[in-house]
Amino acid sequence: MSDLLAARSLMALSLAFHIVFAAAGIAMPLLMVVAEGRWLRTGDPVWLDLCKRWSKGTAILFAVGAVSGTVLSFQLGLLWPEFMRQAGPVIGLPFAMEGFAFFLEAICLGLYLYGWQKLRPRTHQLAGVGVMLGGIASGVFVIAANAWMNGPRGCRHAGDRFVDVDPIAAMCTPMWLPQAAHMLLATFLAVGFGAAGVHALVLLRHPASSLHRRALVLALQVGGISAVLLPLSGDVLAKFVAELQPVKLAAMEGLFASEQPAALRIGGWPDEEAAVTRYAIEIPYLLSFLAYGELDAKVRGLEEFPRDEWPPVLITHVAFQVMVAIGVLLLAVSVAAAFLAWRRRAPVDQRWFLKLLVYCAPLGFLGIEAGWVVTEVGRQPWIVQGVLRTSECVTPVTNLLVPFCGFTLLYVVLACVVFRLMRRHVFQSAEPALQEPEDGHA
Amino acid sequence: MPDLPQLVGAVILVAMIVYVASGGADFGSGVWELFARGPRGQQQVRALRVAIAPIWEANHVWLILVVVLLFVCFPAAFAAIMVALHLPVTLMLVGIVLRGAAFAFQSYAAGDHAIERHSVRLFRVASMITPMALGVVAGAVAGGHIRVDAATGAVAPGAVRPWLLPFPLLVGLMTLSLCTYLAAVYMTVETEGPLREDFRRRALVAGCAVGAVALPAAFVAHSEAPVIGVPLLASAWSVPFHVTTGVVAVAALVALGRRSFRTARFLAIAQTALILIGWGVAQYPFVLAPDLDVGNCAADPAVLAATLIVLGAGTVLLVPAFVCLYRVFKQ
Ligand code: HDD
Ligand code: HEM
Ligand code: HEM
Repeated sequence: MSDLLAARSLMALSLAFHIVFAAAGIAMPLLMVVAEGRWLRTGDPVWLDLCKRWSKGTAILFAVGAVSGTVLSFQLGLLWPEFMRQAGPVIGLPFAMEGFAFFLEAICLGLYLYGWQKLRPRTHQLAGVGVMLGGIASGVFVIAANAWMNGPRGCRHAGDRFVDVDPIAAMCTPMWLPQAAHMLLATFLAVGFGAAGVHALVLLRHPASSLHRRALVLALQVGGISAVLLPLSGDVLAKFVAELQPVKLAAMEGLFASEQPAALRIGGWPDEEAAVTRYAIEIPYLLSFLAYGELDAKVRGLEEFPRDEWPPVLITHVAFQVMVAIGVLLLAVSVAAAFLAWRRRAPVDQRWFLKLLVYCAPLGFLGIEAGWVVTEVGRQPWIVQGVLRTSECVTPVTNLLVPFCGFTLLYVVLACVVFRLMRRHVFQSAEPALQEPEDGHA
Repeated sequence: MPDLPQLVGAVILVAMIVYVASGGADFGSGVWELFARGPRGQQQVRALRVAIAPIWEANHVWLILVVVLLFVCFPAAFAAIMVALHLPVTLMLVGIVLRGAAFAFQSYAAGDHAIERHSVRLFRVASMITPMALGVVAGAVAGGHIRVDAATGAVAPGAVRPWLLPFPLLVGLMTLSLCTYLAAVYMTVETEGPLREDFRRRALVAGCAVGAVALPAAFVAHSEAPVIGVPLLASAWSVPFHVTTGVVAVAALVALGRRSFRTARFLAIAQTALILIGWGVAQYPFVLAPDLDVGNCAADPAVLAATLIVLGAGTVLLVPAFVCLYRVFKQ
């Protein structure tokens, strides 16, 4: 493995690990705050119990999210020093703001997890809102940096540095808000369906548990609403990609030759050597419409771009298909749930539906990973679209295979421990009213 | 009127002081768990955990702020440090990950004793390694052996590893002892009775250890790290500075001896601040001596100004939030 490949793999690994916990850090507080709000309104202790159980599980995810995020902040420099030397100041503003969002989130988290006895209930709930806002803000700010990498603005590249930097313009790039909205919806979708699947698993064994029934309904509502909005926001995002990163769009669609009007390819297997996508279902006109809003718009294929500016087409295309397939599938599940509820056949009572939810639990997270592969692999060979190549920015440090293997081991161990602890937390909560010491402390 | 690079440099120094005094002490309490023994060993461990549980994640963010400010405001220095010190920085990261994750695992083990046992051990060892690695990184930055081409930012491959030298290693030891000292001093305020006496004794030992490492570190600095060592020991401000720091350090120990615990806490924090300020002033104007200084590696003025505005606005938000956090959980 070359050092460049090892660096890219290590970056991808760390980000892929972090994003799972970051997604939980963004979306779980919403579920907790809503559950706590219902307890405050109704005085029903089941809601309080649910809220406390959710917050205990989430505390673990938060800690792992915080430390894996710290790794990323350093790894940007450890692996891509040249990128940070040149681009650090340009994307610095959102990173500095993100720092304060972390403060807000971590401070409110301390108050939330350990303040059950010390704060008034309303204040306690407010701390939960702070955790949620801090998490959302961190996500939105870090996306600003990524959006700049996808469509740089507010600076000029001269030789080996960026000059005439306008930090505000560099933060407010065209991709920012669409990307941030899509990402936030994706976290709510993934966490909503993730939580719903976990509670469905418990309900299959203990169908009467009112705690898990309520948890499942609430999580499914959050996931379901997101599932409706997510494809819409994805469509908006795709139009920006079409404009700013036409090569990436062509790779996502597996479109080698330019077409007017262009057909949408569903599935299929791009062959870069032969420059064709085989075995795809082609729907005429649809790609023109989705990318540009007109039935006969021209969509440029990969052939129009220099060969050395193509991203890995196969990976980008397949990842995009996976993401969209998951979006469509979860939308269908949400519609089914709404239909069941409308026909007064509570989804939580249908064993087949609970089983379906269990299988859907990991899909949202898989969708997030696939979406990031589209964004990041689809931007290759650029680290900053059209300006700076990834290969120019890699660290001169050698033997990067060693840290890659080391961090892989570290993440695998952490993931296993987290999995084992979460399983315990979940199944303990099925036993009725276990007496546990307050504040999660033994 | 200081110019923009000087201002952000000062802000970075302040953030480092706060990090060592808060997050550093959280590592220190992990170290004290290693040394929790005697009839009240279990009580010591419990008190240490209650003390850091609600605050460690918030304190940790100071480190992130330092890193972010460094790459935003002095990008070439950040890049060069990450190249030249790849190994110790990676080691520190592994320590940070293991410490944080293990602490959460043992706090929320849900009765899984195997995981709890391993996490506790890992938490303690990582609490010891991390401040040591952090100190080594700081010492190597101050040491002046990282050569950089200021025009291109390229790091010259040196004959020696800039961190595997006596000076950085001594700074590592000093950071470790300072963190453990701070933790023990804080614990004297947060406990009572015989438990408080345990921590008082530990604080006195650790305080002496800080002094015992600081002296050789200063002399080694003079010969091995002259970029910072010479100004530190031979400037006009050297004598008053060292006298002040020495007096504060001794006063903190005296306060501990006389059981004025709040005074001791204040003085220990002041001592920490003085040590870091001394480093900062001695190293000025270099960010990464001897090639990168606040003049030739600072980012665009527009970026520095925007960052300072964000810092100002963020601070307005941050201070009341931190006050609230500490009011709720600390005395
Ligand atoms: C639960 C996960 C999930 C699901 C079901 C979808 N997405 Fe997505 N998508 C993401 C999660 C995601 C993501 C991980 O959040 C990305 C990566 C970068 C980003 O901002 O969002 C993303 C990126 C992303 C991009 C690339 C943006 C870029 O290159 O910068 C496009 C064009 C779409 N999405 C479009 C869609 C469409 C049309 C969907 C229709 C169903 C869809 N996504 C479902
Ligand atoms: C290069 C990319 C990234 C870097 C450098 C980074 C950095 C960090 C850091 C340093 C932390 C720890 C903060 C703390 O101590 O509390 C963190 C946590 C977090 N990050 Fe990231 N991050 C990145 C990508 C992302 C993305 C893409 C998202 C989401 C859209 C995200 C969302 C979060 C959230 C919500 C948290 C706090 C929640 C938690 O601790 O679980 N991050 N990140
Ligand atoms: C957390 C969600 C994210 C995931 C899962 C993710 C995934 C990836 C992947 C798969 C790569 C490797 C691409 C390749 O080399 O083929 C990569 C590279 C990279 N990503 Fe991301 N990314 C995420 C968010 C971000 C954000 C928010 C930033 C910027 C602030 C960022 C900055 C980078 C950089 C600098 C590289 C290395 C250079 C490159 O390959 O272009 N990533 N990421």
